[in-house]
Amino acid sequence: MLRNLFGKSSEPKPAAPEATAAKLGFFDRMKQAVTRTRENLSERIEAVVSIGKEIDRSTLDELEATLIGADLGTTTTHEILEKLRLRADRRQIKDADELKQLLRAEVLGILQSANQKPPAETEGPEVILMVGVNGTGKTTTVGKLAHLLQGQGKSVVLCAADTFRAAAIDQLLVWGERSGVEVVKTKPGGDPAAVLFDALESAKTKHTDYVLVDTAGRLHNKVGLMAELDKIRRTAGRLVPGAPHEVLLVMDATTGQNGLQQARQFTESAGVTGIVLTKLDGTAKGGVIVAIAREMGLPVRFVGVGEKIGDLLPFDAQAFAESLFS
Amino acid sequence: MFENLQEKLQRAFKNLRGQGTLTEENIGEALREIRLALLESDVNLGVVKHLIEQIQAKALGQEVLTSLSPGEQVVKIVRDELVNILGKDTAKFKFASQPPTVVLMAGLQGSGKTTTSGKLAHWLKAGGHRPMLVSVDVYRPAAREQLKVVAQQVGARIYEGALDSSVQANSATVERLAKEARREAANYGCDVLIVDTAGRLHIDDDLMDEMQSLKKLLNPQEILFVADAMTGQDAVRSADEFHKKLTLTGVVLTKLDGDARGGAALSIRQVTGQPIKFIGVGEKFDALEPFHPDRIVSRLLGMGDIASLLERADEKIDKKKAAEFASKALAGDGFSLEDFREQLRQVRKMGSFSSILGMLPSVGPFAGLQKAKDSFDEKQLVHVEAIIGSMTNKERRHHELINGSRRKRIAKGSGTSVQEVNNLLKQYVQMRKMFKDFGKPSFARRMAGMKLPGR
Repeated sequence: MLRNLFGKSSEPKPAAPEATAAKLGFFDRMKQAVTRTRENLSERIEAVVSIGKEIDRSTLDELEATLIGADLGTTTTHEILEKLRLRADRRQIKDADELKQLLRAEVLGILQSANQKPPAETEGPEVILMVGVNGTGKTTTVGKLAHLLQGQGKSVVLCAADTFRAAAIDQLLVWGERSGVEVVKTKPGGDPAAVLFDALESAKTKHTDYVLVDTAGRLHNKVGLMAELDKIRRTAGRLVPGAPHEVLLVMDATTGQNGLQQARQFTESAGVTGIVLTKLDGTAKGGVIVAIAREMGLPVRFVGVGEKIGDLLPFDAQAFAESLFS
Repeated sequence: MFENLQEKLQRAFKNLRGQGTLTEENIGEALREIRLALLESDVNLGVVKHLIEQIQAKALGQEVLTSLSPGEQVVKIVRDELVNILGKDTAKFKFASQPPTVVLMAGLQGSGKTTTSGKLAHWLKAGGHRPMLVSVDVYRPAAREQLKVVAQQVGARIYEGALDSSVQANSATVERLAKEARREAANYGCDVLIVDTAGRLHIDDDLMDEMQSLKKLLNPQEILFVADAMTGQDAVRSADEFHKKLTLTGVVLTKLDGDARGGAALSIRQVTGQPIKFIGVGEKFDALEPFHPDRIVSRLLGMGDIASLLERADEKIDKKKAAEFASKALAGDGFSLEDFREQLRQVRKMGSFSSILGMLPSVGPFAGLQKAKDSFDEKQLVHVEAIIGSMTNKERRHHELINGSRRKRIAKGSGTSVQEVNNLLKQYVQMRKMFKDFGKPSFARRMAGMKLPGR
């Protein structure tokens, strides 16, 4: 129904033609942007202003501040406001409330256009790789996800492939204990691919449903460390056909525009299939995921909202879009 | 990707030459570009607004200089203004007149407090101090274990203390550990106590209260706010709250070895007024450096960071090997493929090629390289290494031996194509010749005979 709102067909379409259409549109807009360099954001919004008299300059400044303040970035913010202007050309926008309503719908549209993978049909265990930069909450997310899956009656094994950070293995062991899940580990400094091998072998013999792999945090511009992820991936694929079935990029909601770069690099090296947005219980809105969805079509799978074991929730695009404007 | 600000400004000002002064009209577009550049760098919107006003006030009415282009002129104003905000001098670390000096580490979850605590201990040790570490993070699983491992790695003393596993850990436990640690530091003659605390959200009242009572209890000389360089717009909110509750004495900006532009530095500095005392630039314990405002300014504006690049080169490149290579390359025989591979490895130690290119400014002699950055494929370097690796020692020293069938073998061995092998060999021969020409006396003569511009 929401899709109909945007004039799109609600049938699932193959992703490719849609993507090219979006790209064309983007380049067209780029061209427009170049020819109109003198127009800045506020001026462009002013085009919207002229449509409804009740909407004044400060309302628009406020909306711009809202989007940029939520870390959507200037490009995405511009694009959203530009779309709004196009839509406003066709229909009247009566007041600021309606304007906000449309903005929200626009954000929601971007989030929902991010391709949702159908649940994978797997033989043997489903392997989920947790990747990301340092300190985003990979280990905690693995712990919480194990609990979530167990609650759905699935069997889970954890793989401590972060052999680099001090006490990362111990930290995962505590999470394993909390949900009563086996943790496959090696000694600190060991080969991550080797632990993964053990975990997958164990899962295969025990017919475990899920293997959750905790990897070491790494900055996406470190070539050697990113190559290690590729090796981990290949190891998984060799042992279990189609693995890793999910590669989740764990991202801190406080992350700014660098999040885009993270998404690009991790996707290139590790084939990211989705995002886990952590620490959403703070004041940061995590708006960079809108920019990521827009550019790369990466969906958000889960959000982290606290330090307790139950504080991992499936992503709700509607609620997220609401929260940006609250 | 992100276009260089100076280029954009250059364009914005192309019609400005010949005009007498910078006016509100002719500077408008430049200010918009500056605004976008700062926002893309994650500088807080409020801070950006304030900055733009200041820059405009400074720039208006200035005479258009003949020595600088208007673009350069505005960039200079922007730079000066940013350096001004960040503070010109490197901030000093405060020691207590009566040891032990107490350092309280504060920050959000995952900002890097524990790692920074270890690095700080390492830095203090290098400065002849006797630091002691203590972790009062009784909440995150294995947090105290992590600091223990870190302490072992840097060779610093740690106060472990005992936790009663039958009692739920709480603020009282935290205070007890802190108190015991201070006594222990005095007993062992440690002159600095670094207190690693649990990560907490600035809106978590209970944990912020705990932080306040820790402060009251320990009366620390330094309360350092550890912040992730990748933080976006929210940086001001968390820094502001921490500062209000604790009166911070300084900031540590971590993970600056990534490619974030680090606008948070500006935001945090602006809201707290406290200096950035250190930056974290790597996972090793010596990767903690004093903060240089002018360098991060270049980074913020997307204008390259030559100083950091040179430093990185200085640190990572084996000078003896580099000198050997240079003398070989310039001498009669030229360098071998073996030397070439070694050189490649040295350069790669500095980081990814695109990150190296990214540190160069996109004006002057480096123009064009920035564009190469986005199209550059890191994998090519891996292929080159693989190709050279698949040669025999003899082939590496005498490339002329490599005939058709050897090429086929090398391509197969390295998982590349004969074409790639051909390309590499062709480039190698060209490069070798170029270097040899450099080394010829005739080349030096020719250079000497040339008139240098401006001399």
